[in-house]
Amino acid sequence: MIRQPPPKPDVMARRDSIVAGLRALLPESGVIAEPIRLKPYETDGLSAYRQPPLAVVLPETTEQVAAILRFCHENGVRIVPRGAGTSLSGGALPMQDAVVVGMMRMNQILDINFGDRTAVVQAGVTNIGITNAVAGAGFFYAPDPSSQLACMIGGNVNMNSGGAHCLKYGVTTNNLLGLKIVTIDGEVIDIGGDHLDAAGYDWLGLLTGSEGQLAVITEVTVRILRSPEGARAMLVGFRSNEIAGACVDAIISSGIIPVALEFMDRPAIHACEAFAHAGYPLDAEAMLIIEVEGCVEEQDRLLGQITEICNKFDPISLKVSQSAEESLAIWKGRKGAFGAVGRISPDYLCMDGTIPTSRLPDVLRRIQEMSDSYGLKVANIFHAGDGNLHPLIMFDANDPASFHAAETFGADILKLCVEVGGCLTGEHGVGVEKRDLMPVQFQAHELDQQRRIKSAFDPDWLLNPSKVFPLTEPEAAAQAA
Amino acid sequence: MQTSFTAEQLRDPDTAVSNTVLRTCVHCGFCTATCPTFVLLGDELDSPRGRIYLIKDMLEAGRPATEDVVRHIDRCLSCLSCMTTCPSGVNYMHLVDHARAYIERTYRRPPAERFLRRVLGVVLPRPRLLRALLSAARPARPLAGLIPGDSMLAQRLRAMLRLAPATVPAASPTERPGVHRAQGTRKARVALLAGCAQQVVDPAINEATIRLLTRLGVEVVVPQGAGCCGGLNHHMGQHDPAMALARANIDAWSREAAGEGLDAVIINASGCGTTVKDYGFLFRSEPDAWREKAEKVAALALDITEFLTRFGYAPARPAPDLTVAYHAACSLQHGQQITGEPKALLKRAGFRVVEPKEPHLCCGSAGTYNLLQPTISHRLRARKLENLKATQPDLVAAGNIGCITQLAGDSLPVVHTVELLDWMAGGPRPAGIPG
Repeated sequence: MIRQPPPKPDVMARRDSIVAGLRALLPESGVIAEPIRLKPYETDGLSAYRQPPLAVVLPETTEQVAAILRFCHENGVRIVPRGAGTSLSGGALPMQDAVVVGMMRMNQILDINFGDRTAVVQAGVTNIGITNAVAGAGFFYAPDPSSQLACMIGGNVNMNSGGAHCLKYGVTTNNLLGLKIVTIDGEVIDIGGDHLDAAGYDWLGLLTGSEGQLAVITEVTVRILRSPEGARAMLVGFRSNEIAGACVDAIISSGIIPVALEFMDRPAIHACEAFAHAGYPLDAEAMLIIEVEGCVEEQDRLLGQITEICNKFDPISLKVSQSAEESLAIWKGRKGAFGAVGRISPDYLCMDGTIPTSRLPDVLRRIQEMSDSYGLKVANIFHAGDGNLHPLIMFDANDPASFHAAETFGADILKLCVEVGGCLTGEHGVGVEKRDLMPVQFQAHELDQQRRIKSAFDPDWLLNPSKVFPLTEPEAAAQAA
Repeated sequence: MQTSFTAEQLRDPDTAVSNTVLRTCVHCGFCTATCPTFVLLGDELDSPRGRIYLIKDMLEAGRPATEDVVRHIDRCLSCLSCMTTCPSGVNYMHLVDHARAYIERTYRRPPAERFLRRVLGVVLPRPRLLRALLSAARPARPLAGLIPGDSMLAQRLRAMLRLAPATVPAASPTERPGVHRAQGTRKARVALLAGCAQQVVDPAINEATIRLLTRLGVEVVVPQGAGCCGGLNHHMGQHDPAMALARANIDAWSREAAGEGLDAVIINASGCGTTVKDYGFLFRSEPDAWREKAEKVAALALDITEFLTRFGYAPARPAPDLTVAYHAACSLQHGQQITGEPKALLKRAGFRVVEPKEPHLCCGSAGTYNLLQPTISHRLRARKLENLKATQPDLVAAGNIGCITQLAGDSLPVVHTVELLDWMAGGPRPAGIPG
């Protein structure tokens, strides 16, 4: 089980009065405090770690969020913000003495401005919800995490989420214009607006990816883009992971930027095909999904160039999607990939490291070697064009030894990413999952600098305090005792 | 997902099945997004993932169901939108069915609630009793608006009176067991599930089905002894009555299959189709002979649109100048994963077919849900009607009597898909259709 800072005894002792105070701020259905009803909130998309909170609140307005934060601040109560609870790094893992602030009821689209190409939405609007609201007029919101059906924009901002199409369009931070945030003492602040860049320091850049540790985000202004004239995906099957990895490197280094360049290995291909029936090559060891977009001529030209490169890597199959339905099925398989692995393994840990694309063949080979030595299977599904790896380590949560081995194996993969010049996180955030690995990436004084930034926003460390940073010595000691 | 059942607990076959279901779930949360109650209520506890967790916790602890669990399970429509969305293939249907039976066994509902559920479980599967009661309730319909208060009881009474039809059609001759001969050479022989509430509320659906099939050269038998599929009882957790009804159907259809033979069991109420297709699972713990019979019958079951797609359908009339909004019943699109066939048939029949936004969201009918959870049901109905009207259709077609009743009474005529197919193949114009 993951170590957490010890619960504050005074908060635990005042549990009933804290719950009563919260009830005074919200409608009856907006406060959950009964143990049985708290249980489903004990975890998020990383279900290996679990801890029921002190209470869950479900605000409907920015004013209610401000009132909750003011109350918690005055009472020294910790806060864990939560969107759809799809975090794969345990970003929404509660703490025993914390109040979970669930943003799911703030799901309104407030304004769409096609002229200025902006949309203002509440934090609990799903990622796909933004695109759905503007698609009729030929627009879309570009970052597309695989969980885009369910994950919410507030969480996307906090984790600086990416997605398959970020190779061309950038990640969340490249598509944001403004935020409405509530600080820990209940102040409501607007940052940025419906224009590019902002005067003064780049507060937007600072808050994006801050993992709920600096403020609670209640509204987001995003940039929306005109949809491309068309897009086509191709599926290319290869004889080994390494060959496919080398092909990715060749495509990227040729200067072509496909809109998406995704990698799947054999276990992933089989699990996803069973779910999506997309015609994935079942006899291949590895497969690339390569998508290009633009007018038909542009698509043809790019697909031709990419085909030429792929042919140098002895592909065993190469198929270009012939219809919108076919492309939809291809992406359905990829977007549902993590869940689909549930068909072949009861549990998995999804890693999220980034490496230079030129190191792909080498890193994939070493992950396979580790898999053999740990005796745990791995499914590789990832954004290859960005070098953003997602090895899924399969284990059996009902067998503690298997879970422990998976954790160690995962840590080894992330250390390898740093070793080859990459990074611990790609798009899932640090959360609790990678918290204790941060010293692999950063030196002590670098971590201290980042801690001081948090302290400037949240001096008492009430906002999502158990994430991102390794526990301090006193915290760890208290937990051990 | 990790589970913590003891070996002792896993010896119970139902718990063993639920454990398998729970182990398939990876807690990714995709299902929350397409769940109607999560979309409306914004609480994980009213989402599939939240309910899965509540059920898991209740079963693992082995404690009797409590009010705070029952409230959230009761709010589940069993629309199975979550199963369409789930990438991991979690069989939520079997899990929630187990939970409902477990609740029925271990939880004592308030007396009024208990009474209502028992009455629904007794009346709805029995056409003659239902017809008598609906006829008696008819004069009381205008009183719906006079029932005061916001209590659950008041809301439910209002919902029931509003759902009672203005006129109760007389019993149709098709209700009686018998054989309807094929016109011309017999090309196939099928049994029709005549059903329960549908033939009372809207006998025209079975009449259209029989007319259309016999015209195509299909002999249709409504066997003696077959009736309600058992789904209504099953979804209220009433295991024994559900099994008795299913057994009667399995017996009747097996007799026909062994006698003159059956190419299919045709179902034109998709809620029933989902249940009948799952008979094999329902009888998994029964003696081998029963289980095998149940599996055979389940394999014969086809929705009318599946059968027509395979068998062939062609219109006999010129295409009408009508736009049909196709409303996908959850039991068809999620329960049976039938999505393309009804639309393709309507197009072949000559209609312009449009689809509303949010086609995956339930209309709030969901069996007895509109009677038991009137508030949520009403909100879903309003949302569905708004989306349907936005497509500016002349009429709405659906493949399930529950949806048809739920969506009726607004400005749009709502008919069964098969009535339109029969009309274009030479049958009479369905009541209420312009043109």
